[in-house]
Amino acid sequence: MSMLKIENLTKVFGGLIAVNNISIDVKEGEIFGLIGPNGSGKTTIFNLISKIHPITSGKIIFNDHDITNKKTYEIARLGIGRTFQVVKPLKRLSVEENIIAAAFSRESSFNGAKNVAREILEFCALSDYGNMLAGGLPIAGRKRLEIAKALATRPKLLLLDETAAGLNPKELDLAIEIIKKIRKERGITIVIVEHIMKVIMNISDRIHAIAHGSTITEGTPAEVAENPQVIEAYLGKDFSLGEI
Amino acid sequence: MRVNNLHVFLNFEIFILLTAVAAPFIFSFSPYFQGLLIFVMIWIVMGTSWNLLAGYTGLVSFGHAAYFGIGAYAAALPYFHWGISPWWGLLTGGVSALILGYLLGKIVFRLRGPYFALGTLALAEILRIVFGEEIWLTNGHSGILYMTTWVSKYPYYFVALSLAIGAIVSVKYVMRTKAGFFFLSIREDEVAAEALGINTRKYKNIATAISSFWAGMAGAFYMIYMGFIDPEVVFALHNISIITILVGILGGVGTIWGPAVGAVIMVLVQEVFRSSIFGLAPQWVAKFHALVFGLLVIFVILFMAGGVVGDWNLVTAKFRRTKHAEKS
Repeated sequence: MSMLKIENLTKVFGGLIAVNNISIDVKEGEIFGLIGPNGSGKTTIFNLISKIHPITSGKIIFNDHDITNKKTYEIARLGIGRTFQVVKPLKRLSVEENIIAAAFSRESSFNGAKNVAREILEFCALSDYGNMLAGGLPIAGRKRLEIAKALATRPKLLLLDETAAGLNPKELDLAIEIIKKIRKERGITIVIVEHIMKVIMNISDRIHAIAHGSTITEGTPAEVAENPQVIEAYLGKDFSLGEI
Repeated sequence: MRVNNLHVFLNFEIFILLTAVAAPFIFSFSPYFQGLLIFVMIWIVMGTSWNLLAGYTGLVSFGHAAYFGIGAYAAALPYFHWGISPWWGLLTGGVSALILGYLLGKIVFRLRGPYFALGTLALAEILRIVFGEEIWLTNGHSGILYMTTWVSKYPYYFVALSLAIGAIVSVKYVMRTKAGFFFLSIREDEVAAEALGINTRKYKNIATAISSFWAGMAGAFYMIYMGFIDPEVVFALHNISIITILVGILGGVGTIWGPAVGAVIMVLVQEVFRSSIFGLAPQWVAKFHALVFGLLVIFVILFMAGGVVGDWNLVTAKFRRTKHAEKS
């Protein structure tokens, strides 16, 4: 069943077409990868889904609801959680309070929110940092805190924006493990934007590749990796098999 | 351990409360000092009100005089026109300010950061001018005069104390609830808050409602206690809006007890200088009270940005270090 359906999405910033007529169909229960070189419009697509930016044209349907004209907080309440590439911790709150604040979007009592927070702290391997101010977390912890906050809002669909960027190999493995666990144990559908191929090829069921705001191809990780246009977009014409 | 901490904390609050109840009796020899205590209470209400908005929700208001003034006029106008007792202001003052807060919010919530601050400042100034010019409604700069109910300061003090307790308790309570956590989220990052499913406009309105309510109550009480208001007094930029901010900053932004401590310091400094150190120093010293208060605020911002309460550990650490040095 289709969970998130994006139809002919377009976004124009002044004279720049950042997202050009893109259509995506994410099925329930899958991990859907979104790749493309720097500036190809991946984060913009996320910002359009969660309505950080208004949409120029196109349609977004989530679980049969048309969310094209909904506001950011309404979309979150409908069940689309997201992380930010440039992390947004609530700096002067403790890590636990960050998650409590997020959990309050579903819970009404402090104890209820605190219980959710405790469980998610553990899930995201943040238990040791619970009392630390979020502004003092190292980058790997901040990235996991982004996921933790999003999870605390109990999403059905999670948009992960480069949650593995800037991590060392060990932290990377932990991040991959957590992302896999999110689907396996919580049954949350995931759309993931990632530059690190180890991550995206490893965990995605399907991948959608874009360049300069337009779709190049869509398919399984293996198919996408062999596509000449994708190779060209990332490495230049000399490396594209199609040309040689 | 936790139970122990709670115990100490409760004791602390009970101690403060008992001190506050005993204070007017300790100063029974001097209505002048009792009057100062009443002003401390008014500033506690104003500082606490501002702190909820600026300290906890991140909406730095430079126009708290708007709510104070509207509260004062809500008490005064029915008396002026129809002879209705200003005491009703303790019902209508807070509610009028709350409504004003909602209406002003519709305008200023389109603005962010410094522009929000300037917007609130401008709206308060507009109200000051309008209330000065619309003589048919407000009697203009001649103000509104009312024979106060009691000569004794005691009843006024306890009304003011109740307002201060009400303000502090309400803020303390709300900061433990869902709304409180949402206020903090909005302060820290508005976009992140929206992405967590928080209707930021709604919770800004709630913070404004609570804040403006208490500022309005303070204004209404001011009218009842002083028996005279005019627009230049109750809508004053410097004497109300700015002093409110200074009370908050001095005591500690984003702390429950900060505004209370700030109010005590503010009234103390102001009176010590205004009275030329109680008449002991030459007259010209009186002119320096604003200057000294300004220097104090600069010192606090530079060296203890969390205010006296927020950086209390810094203060105690200083003392401990000097004690230690003396010993060795």
